[in-house]
Amino acid sequence: MLAFLARRMAMLVATLLVASFAIYGALYLAPGSPIAALTGGRSVPPDVLAQLEERYHLNEPFLTRYWIWFTSALHGDLGESIPLHEKVSTLIGQRIGVTIQLVMLTAAIIIIVGVGLGIVGALGRGSVDGGVLLVSTVSAALPAFAAAVILQFVFGVTLGWFPVLGNGDGFLDQLRHLTLPALALAATSVALVTRVTRTAVREELDREHVQTAVSRGLPWREVVRRHVLRNAAIPITTVVGITIASLIALAAIVETAFGLNGLGAYLVQAAQNKDFAVVQGISLVLVFAFVITNVVIDIAYAILDPRVTLGSRAQ
Amino acid sequence: MSIEILDPVADVEEAAPSRRRLRQLGWVGWLSIGVIAVALLLAVLGPVFAPFDPNSSDLSYANVGPFGSHLLGFDGQGRDVLSRLMVGARTTVFGAAFVAIVAVFIGATLAIVTAWFGGKIDAGVSVGVDVLFAFPGILLAVLAAAVFGPSLFSAALALSLAYSPYVARVLRGAALKERAMTYIAALEVQGFGAWRLCVRHLLPNISSLIVAQGTILFGFAMVDLAAISFLGLGVQTPQADWGVMVSDGKTSLLQGYPLVSLSAVLCIVAVVAAVSFLGDRLDTSSKGVRR
Repeated sequence: MLAFLARRMAMLVATLLVASFAIYGALYLAPGSPIAALTGGRSVPPDVLAQLEERYHLNEPFLTRYWIWFTSALHGDLGESIPLHEKVSTLIGQRIGVTIQLVMLTAAIIIIVGVGLGIVGALGRGSVDGGVLLVSTVSAALPAFAAAVILQFVFGVTLGWFPVLGNGDGFLDQLRHLTLPALALAATSVALVTRVTRTAVREELDREHVQTAVSRGLPWREVVRRHVLRNAAIPITTVVGITIASLIALAAIVETAFGLNGLGAYLVQAAQNKDFAVVQGISLVLVFAFVITNVVIDIAYAILDPRVTLGSRAQ
Repeated sequence: MSIEILDPVADVEEAAPSRRRLRQLGWVGWLSIGVIAVALLLAVLGPVFAPFDPNSSDLSYANVGPFGSHLLGFDGQGRDVLSRLMVGARTTVFGAAFVAIVAVFIGATLAIVTAWFGGKIDAGVSVGVDVLFAFPGILLAVLAAAVFGPSLFSAALALSLAYSPYVARVLRGAALKERAMTYIAALEVQGFGAWRLCVRHLLPNISSLIVAQGTILFGFAMVDLAAISFLGLGVQTPQADWGVMVSDGKTSLLQGYPLVSLSAVLCIVAVVAAVSFLGDRLDTSSKGVRR
């Protein structure tokens, strides 16, 4: 286990190094000089120019600049937004809470509704299972932005149950503002989790050890709880983990659709305004969160299924 | 293709695999084919069919519902919605096709090269693939938009890159299996070169899997491209595109006139559902053939 953890951590560090290099390098190659952005295209006296170059390390070679950026990022300093004259870490700090709340609420919906529907579909027969299949088929075809628009129209504009734009104040109001975005974000993933859960539980139900348990006269509830669900938990955990990790990037779509002041929506805005320091900072944070989530899934997987050779997730 | 020559039943089925597949489709399958055919037709000839100019706007008709020959009414800027849907099929369909083809090309090349040579090349490529996995497609597209400026091309390129590791991972397993087959060893002994063996023998034998992957990716690409255009980082308004139309129509939708956004959403969902249904079918039937 320790060797597995060590190898996984080494891979994590390597991935982050290469990914951060790619993020920094890509934006370094972008056309347009940072001096022009700083001065707004006006000509400036040479001493001011030298000062600016000094301050933003513009005269250093590329690798040195990358290293300065990366090491200060590790200390929580992601540089400064040039158009806004504000620290990127401050800008991120103001918005990361909304994104975390949104992802967590969505994850809760995915786990409760997805796993729940899957189990109900697998255990129930006939029309119950048919209903579950119908729900999962419909929601599988609903990408987040489509679900967002439909939910906004039905529950926001027509019924007026939920607000369609903005963050809200106070915990309950914020929750109310996040309900529709979380549902929109969850739609596709719920379908996926439902399907995987349903198949996994079905497969376990047909296994011999389950038949043995039934013929031994164990109560059905016990059989399901201890023999079926526990074994089905492995593929379910994997798919839940993967879908939750994917939410980190997809949150940008619903945040934009619902006018939420979150990290993703801000990243999109910064990309449009060519505010490179912000794009770099948020991308780094998102990649970091994504990679960490994947490591957590791997570890959870290894703990859940001791038979798995550590380090090789099902490929 | 025929692996189980000894099994007479399998042999008969192999004789007409395409016909058997068609019979298995069912009405949902035929409906899916119909939806995709219409989308393709519009992608090629949309501007010919469009009854009105998709970009001529008349603000006095803003958000006016369907009447006369304007079957779907007008959008918030008084442009004919049906015409914009027809013309917008092009960027949506061709953009997704571009992504699927490029991603499958990169992924299949990586898979075959790593499976063929193994060893250090395999290990090196695997590390690269692992790093690419750290970038979700949407994030890569946002980065591309920041660097190259927002356009359909930069979004499509970013998505192709983001999808290729998935293709590589799936195809690598199949390519490895094929690589270990005795017929490959036999041909190698006869002195055929690696290039010829890969292109003429290995590639055709994993082609059904490649087609299935491409179909599935096409669906994903349509959703992601539309989402990126919806964010304003793909196809740029005022050009007609389904993703752009969803976001263009949002103001009207919030004012209680949902037709523009919802009709574009319906188009996207219909094509994506059709593609994913057929993709699943191709995937399982190709597995059936290979077993």
